[in-house]
Amino acid sequence: MQDIKNDMLTLGDVNFQSRLFTGTGKFASKKLIAPMLEASGSGMITVALRRIDPGQAKENILNYIPGSVTLLPNTSGARTASEAVRIARIAREGGCGKFIKIEVITDMQYLLPDNHETVKATEILARDGFVVLPYMMPDITVAKQLYDAGAAAVMPLGSPIGSNRGLEMEPVIKMIIEASKIPVVVDAGIGRPSQAAQAMEMGADAVLVNTAIATSCDPVLAGRAFSLAVKAGRMAYLSRMVEKKVYAEASSPLTGFLRK
Amino acid sequence: MSFMNIIKRFESFDFEEYFKSVTNSDIQKSLARDHLDPYDLLNLLSGKAQKFLEQMAQKAQKISLQYFGRTIVLYAPMYISDYCTNYCTYCGFNSLTRFKRTKLSLEEIDREAKAIHDMGICHILVLTGEAPAKTPLSYLEDAVGVLKKYFSSIALEMFPMEEDEYRTLKNAGADSLTVYQEVYDQKIYKDVHLAGRKKDYQYRLLTPERGAKAGFRAVNIGTLFGLGEPRSEAFLTAIHARYLEQKFPDVEVSLSLPRMTKAKGGIEPKHIIDDSSFVRFMLAWRLFMPRVGINISTRESENFRDKLIYLGATKYSAGSKTDVGGYALKADDSTVQFEVTDQRSVEKIARMIRQKGYQPVFKDWEII
Repeated sequence: MQDIKNDMLTLGDVNFQSRLFTGTGKFASKKLIAPMLEASGSGMITVALRRIDPGQAKENILNYIPGSVTLLPNTSGARTASEAVRIARIAREGGCGKFIKIEVITDMQYLLPDNHETVKATEILARDGFVVLPYMMPDITVAKQLYDAGAAAVMPLGSPIGSNRGLEMEPVIKMIIEASKIPVVVDAGIGRPSQAAQAMEMGADAVLVNTAIATSCDPVLAGRAFSLAVKAGRMAYLSRMVEKKVYAEASSPLTGFLRK
Repeated sequence: MSFMNIIKRFESFDFEEYFKSVTNSDIQKSLARDHLDPYDLLNLLSGKAQKFLEQMAQKAQKISLQYFGRTIVLYAPMYISDYCTNYCTYCGFNSLTRFKRTKLSLEEIDREAKAIHDMGICHILVLTGEAPAKTPLSYLEDAVGVLKKYFSSIALEMFPMEEDEYRTLKNAGADSLTVYQEVYDQKIYKDVHLAGRKKDYQYRLLTPERGAKAGFRAVNIGTLFGLGEPRSEAFLTAIHARYLEQKFPDVEVSLSLPRMTKAKGGIEPKHIIDDSSFVRFMLAWRLFMPRVGINISTRESENFRDKLIYLGATKYSAGSKTDVGGYALKADDSTVQFEVTDQRSVEKIARMIRQKGYQPVFKDWEII
């Protein structure tokens, strides 16, 4: 049996024991974030730079995130690559580390990422020394372009952000997982632990879950549930379970006759 | 095509007749749909939808939770000038109301801004009357420059401007625009806007579009409930919002529901919107536009505002003063644009939001 304890995900120069990444948005109280992180074991949490308020200690979200957790500032609110680049640089100068989640959205109605601008921003920021995690619309060509641009991972969406609809983009995500030379983190749309498990079973390297945890009635418990599901899915993937089949199959089709 | 073309399309639509024809079954069908069309919106705005209010509320709450989480963004209004050349019969600042008008100097704006900032507010809505001679673009540009020192988001609620003028203010640091049509019914619009540039219905109607083209990231619109027939006004407001959402996908669109209170020198409202109609309109808007922001001002009472948190509201003003210099410079008896009903401090409102199981968000934007 494989030793799951050594099954780390490395991004940049950081090893992550947990393959569940989380977010800071939509919580009823910022005070829920630390216990959620503890219960979920999540080692990285994303935070919108535009929402960080360094001026007021009580309101500064950064003061609610334990130091042991890696910060993943995101460029939420950016409409263009250049805006995303500016946000990333401000985040780094503000002491948020060198990880950056690129989020460029030009359509407020559907909130789908603009892949073109995302590739542009990735290229600039990767060259600039950032560990770039681009949030993207699942597209195999774009995933390759992001790799070429220097992304540390790609983050295709499972379904529209906040929709809880799970892996509606499953076929494309599967192809990306198959072809990608860098880790694949399924981001957005995962609304149930079972959907997180499904992504991990497919071979995703990690998932990022925010809305489903933050808007549940007990985010700490929900964080724990997602953590268990991600682990289960990962173990299932590593155990190399056989594929689903369309037809029933006897358990010993070749040697069954010997027992007749 | 502009929104004026769409308004024209509805000129011949018999709202009264349609509302009369709505059946319970129509409302149930509309409630069951995920994507509502304009007829669904009409069904939910109709008086008959009142008996489905709880079902509407349950669904609206779920949608709001999904899109906005358990959060309410806080902001405060800041009036920097009450000079006005318009004569709007319902407004306390109209040109015929005699009171000592004020325009804040940049130094006074600084003091006011500091006082508001010290209350914990990061998002400011800056307001003026319509008197470009008194508050020219250069003054507004300088004002935004001062406000930038204190606030992470600056919204403008001034008078309709040209796209280039908005671009100037955006480049100075403003990021959002609020402009209410006041009343979409063109006849009533004419009756209540008796003098000044505001008489031009179409110029005002197309203002949000000019703002969006100038590059504001957020546009907030609304009708002043009390002037026109409320259901059709609620309908046209939402249609306007959806038009903006579709035409300017990179702009965040939000709605306000100001309802008339008695202002000094103003008229009594022609239509009284009771609380349950107010809630019905707000819920219908939420179901029609899941992503739209819904702003609730301090015109509404404490108790009522406390309840609206669960019904799809996303943004609250707090600690508001609606007179020029009201935060740091003036006595309590100065002329206000409208009476503030919820007079709680920012701290008290934030506490109430927390008690309701929601997070008061002071900062969700930064001009970068």
